[in-house]
Amino acid sequence: MSQSQATLPLRQKIEHLEMRGITKIFPGVVANDRVDFDVREGEVHALLGENGAGKSTLMKILYGLYEPNEGEIRINGQPVRIRSPKDAIALGIGMIHQHFMLVDTLTVAENIALGLPSSRRFITDLDVVARRTLELAETYGLHVDPEAYIWQLAVGQRQRVEILKALYRGADLFILDEPTAVLTPQEVDEFMGTMRQMTRERHSIIFITHKLHEVIATCDRVTVLRNGRRVASRPVDGCTKLDLARLMVGHDIVLPKITSAPKQGEVRLQLQEVHALSERGTLALRGVNLQVRAGEIVGVAGVSGNGQSELAEVITGLRRVTQGKIFVNGQETTGKPPADLLQLGMAYIPEERMRDGIISDFTVSENVILRNHNHAPYARRGFLLHRIIAEITDRLIRLFDIRTPSRLTPAGNLSGGNIQKVVLARELSRTPKVLIAAQPTRGVDIGAIEFIHKNLLDQREAGAAILLISEDLDEVLSLSDRVAVMYEGRIMDILDAKDAERGKIGLLMAGVRPE
Amino acid sequence: MKRFFARVLNARQLDNFLPIVAALAAFVIGAGMLLLMGTNPLTAYRAMFSGAFGNQNALAETIVKAVPLLLIGLGICISFRAKVMNIGAEGQMIVGGLISVAFGLAVDWPGWLALPLGLLIGFLGGAAWGAIPGILKAYFNVNEILSTVMMNAIAVQLMNYLLGGPLMDPQQAQALGKLPETARLNEAYHLARLLPPTRLHAGVLIALALSFVVYVLLFHTTLGYRIRAVGFNPFASRYGGIRVPQQVVIALLLSGAFAGLAGAIQIYGLNYRMITDGSPTGFTGGAGFNGIVTALFGGLHPLGAIPASFFFGALLVGANAMQRVTQVPSSFVTVLNGMVVIFVVSAAIWKELRERQRRMAFATETSRLAELASVSETPPQG
Ligand SMILES: Nc1ncnc2c1ncn2[C@@H]1O[C@H](COP(=O)(O)OP(=O)(O)OP(=O)(O)O)[C@@H](O)[C@H]1O
Ligand SMILES: [Mg+2]
Repeated sequence: MSQSQATLPLRQKIEHLEMRGITKIFPGVVANDRVDFDVREGEVHALLGENGAGKSTLMKILYGLYEPNEGEIRINGQPVRIRSPKDAIALGIGMIHQHFMLVDTLTVAENIALGLPSSRRFITDLDVVARRTLELAETYGLHVDPEAYIWQLAVGQRQRVEILKALYRGADLFILDEPTAVLTPQEVDEFMGTMRQMTRERHSIIFITHKLHEVIATCDRVTVLRNGRRVASRPVDGCTKLDLARLMVGHDIVLPKITSAPKQGEVRLQLQEVHALSERGTLALRGVNLQVRAGEIVGVAGVSGNGQSELAEVITGLRRVTQGKIFVNGQETTGKPPADLLQLGMAYIPEERMRDGIISDFTVSENVILRNHNHAPYARRGFLLHRIIAEITDRLIRLFDIRTPSRLTPAGNLSGGNIQKVVLARELSRTPKVLIAAQPTRGVDIGAIEFIHKNLLDQREAGAAILLISEDLDEVLSLSDRVAVMYEGRIMDILDAKDAERGKIGLLMAGVRPE
Repeated sequence: MKRFFARVLNARQLDNFLPIVAALAAFVIGAGMLLLMGTNPLTAYRAMFSGAFGNQNALAETIVKAVPLLLIGLGICISFRAKVMNIGAEGQMIVGGLISVAFGLAVDWPGWLALPLGLLIGFLGGAAWGAIPGILKAYFNVNEILSTVMMNAIAVQLMNYLLGGPLMDPQQAQALGKLPETARLNEAYHLARLLPPTRLHAGVLIALALSFVVYVLLFHTTLGYRIRAVGFNPFASRYGGIRVPQQVVIALLLSGAFAGLAGAIQIYGLNYRMITDGSPTGFTGGAGFNGIVTALFGGLHPLGAIPASFFFGALLVGANAMQRVTQVPSSFVTVLNGMVVIFVVSAAIWKELRERQRRMAFATETSRLAELASVSETPPQG
């Protein structure tokens, strides 16, 4: 039994970490194919690649969550074995998952104390933890209240807790898997400040993102994966967004914009003085009035948490309307269940795709039929028509370029972006009359963004009434005929695309009505 | 050595054999206990084996025992896949038995009419008994584990009252001993015996046919799709236009129906009367609980339940034989049975956890703690 490096009590600081010839094979896919990768002390190293390129897999190997089929990892020239996150933590590697693992009902300090390896006694001194947390928070600009309960915190703050947790455990090297995907633009700015502070303290960071401007703004080097292989590794200095995009996708990317004037059709979606409560029982919508016509895209801008999620849920029948009325295709649908809205031709790309959008234990096929499983062409007289389901699924997999070993793979095994594509394929292929798209491009690569944007514009051409809720202001501005700005559960104003300039929208988002 | 085990424990294929490994482990520990009691485990297990499979009659008895386990197991496959923990098969089986025997004793019709109707009525009785906790869970948020267990207790009391009074065999009522049993059903109503003089009856054919029906139901119908969807992810199900509470009721109702049918078949196929010894499992023989284990052992798959029920049938019959041959206390049989149950159930839970872990691969040290408490989940992006 060889003593693994990980158990040595005194460890060196990670000055140089190398992954060499890493290969990881899943049933039907080579997720990593002889990948070389290295990080040096004090640098931010971006890991780029299309959805399913193998980024998360490579990082899970580094963190001991997967065992590679081949390859080795060296720290400061010494080979190490990392068989579990425990080994990784002991070596000074920390990982911030996209899926936070915090206990809602405990405080920040309690969460940080949870599972601390050093707590020799049964009772960890929470005051000590809280004090040390505050010190760390001060040093790195990660402001959170150690006494606050997790459920009280916004997404961005939870992320800070995760980072603090890793810092507390003495991590030198941080793996951040798409940390900015869930953040608002303001939070992203703060987050970048934190990253800079961390590198100043000689920490190393591996940063996965699909937003190329973030790479340009914060990273020292970049490694690009394509289909599991490393295709480039170079300094960021001198690279443009276009260069990076070309490396990732293999061709140039041009994001489409609205060009044609809207073909103003009839009103398909109408909200009158709609009120609704949030999950926590506070008033999330306070009298929303809105109309969306066939053939137009109405963008909804706003700082997250101002009622956008609740708006989407109320329209799609997933949240109760406490006051006010909703009409779809001229029919009142207030209080109708999702099943009825589906029949009226409503499609919905939900924001929380892992919770609402897919059933991860179901196969890709089974997920494709989720919203229509009881109807033609997928079913007849209560029986599923597996042959037709298979044909349609295979067609959608090709059409939407879903990277999956087969249609029978459990959807939960796909990469994040490909899961989103399954949702999109299902919703967009229904040729909806009304489409509610909440954060449709969150977590997908730029090739896919191009595809999704084009598709939304095609749906608009085809006469769908589209409500586009997005935290990405560029996305809203380039696709919308009109822009509605939400603030504290109300729509502050609705601007025509030609009047919608950033400054004005920014003010409205902050609740200020420009005179 | 450690690496070897790590690799074996990581192998995905192993999961499919977990129930078998669990059963073997129970037998090995059982062997140790037998040694401590001064009995040769080989003799004991050989007696068990020949008791279960040794001759035509033994085999027939094993199958006879397997029938209610299979039927109940089928129902459990349905409800557990909807993540509805039906612990009430005991009560549902009792009620199915009571109502079907009451019907059979009350009517004087030709057999071709009364027999299928009697079984159907048992099916419906179990369904009704299952629907009650289903409705309580779906619309009033009452935990189904608690309510089904309470429904079991009510069913037992009902049975003891009815068999000791209103439904009691008039001859017994006259007799001194006063056995709690009903009168015998009309000869014409009996299910056919397949292999006289053994007690193997046509109920086994019904159970096998229904295994196939449940397989089709779960994997080839929209209803089965909805039931499985609700079990995996109620949020996404609702988004998919599925009425979640309705599926919960249907799952428990169907689950109860199969248990009710098991009760009816026990009467129309085996005993021709309803009989109890006054203990809670006097009529069911614990089939309501063993059926749950059967379903788990079969991987909650209706076709997997067939060999699983055969295995447990053999275990029950063989254990009796072992007791006769080796004089091990009868409680040992219960212990052995219990160990198999515990091992199989924990293996099933372990498998579930591993599967989830594999899928999510968030095996951080906190995840286990987080598993226990409520986890704060933000949508994953990777
Ligand atoms: N646990 C798993 N089982 C089977 N296949 C998997 C598993 N995890 C990942 N894969 C497959 O490996 C490939 C790489 O996935 P990975 O999650 O590393 O992609 P990614 O680069 O992180 O993509 P994204 O940008 O969408 O997050 C994909 O084809 C995916 O389907
Ligand atoms: Mg990923």
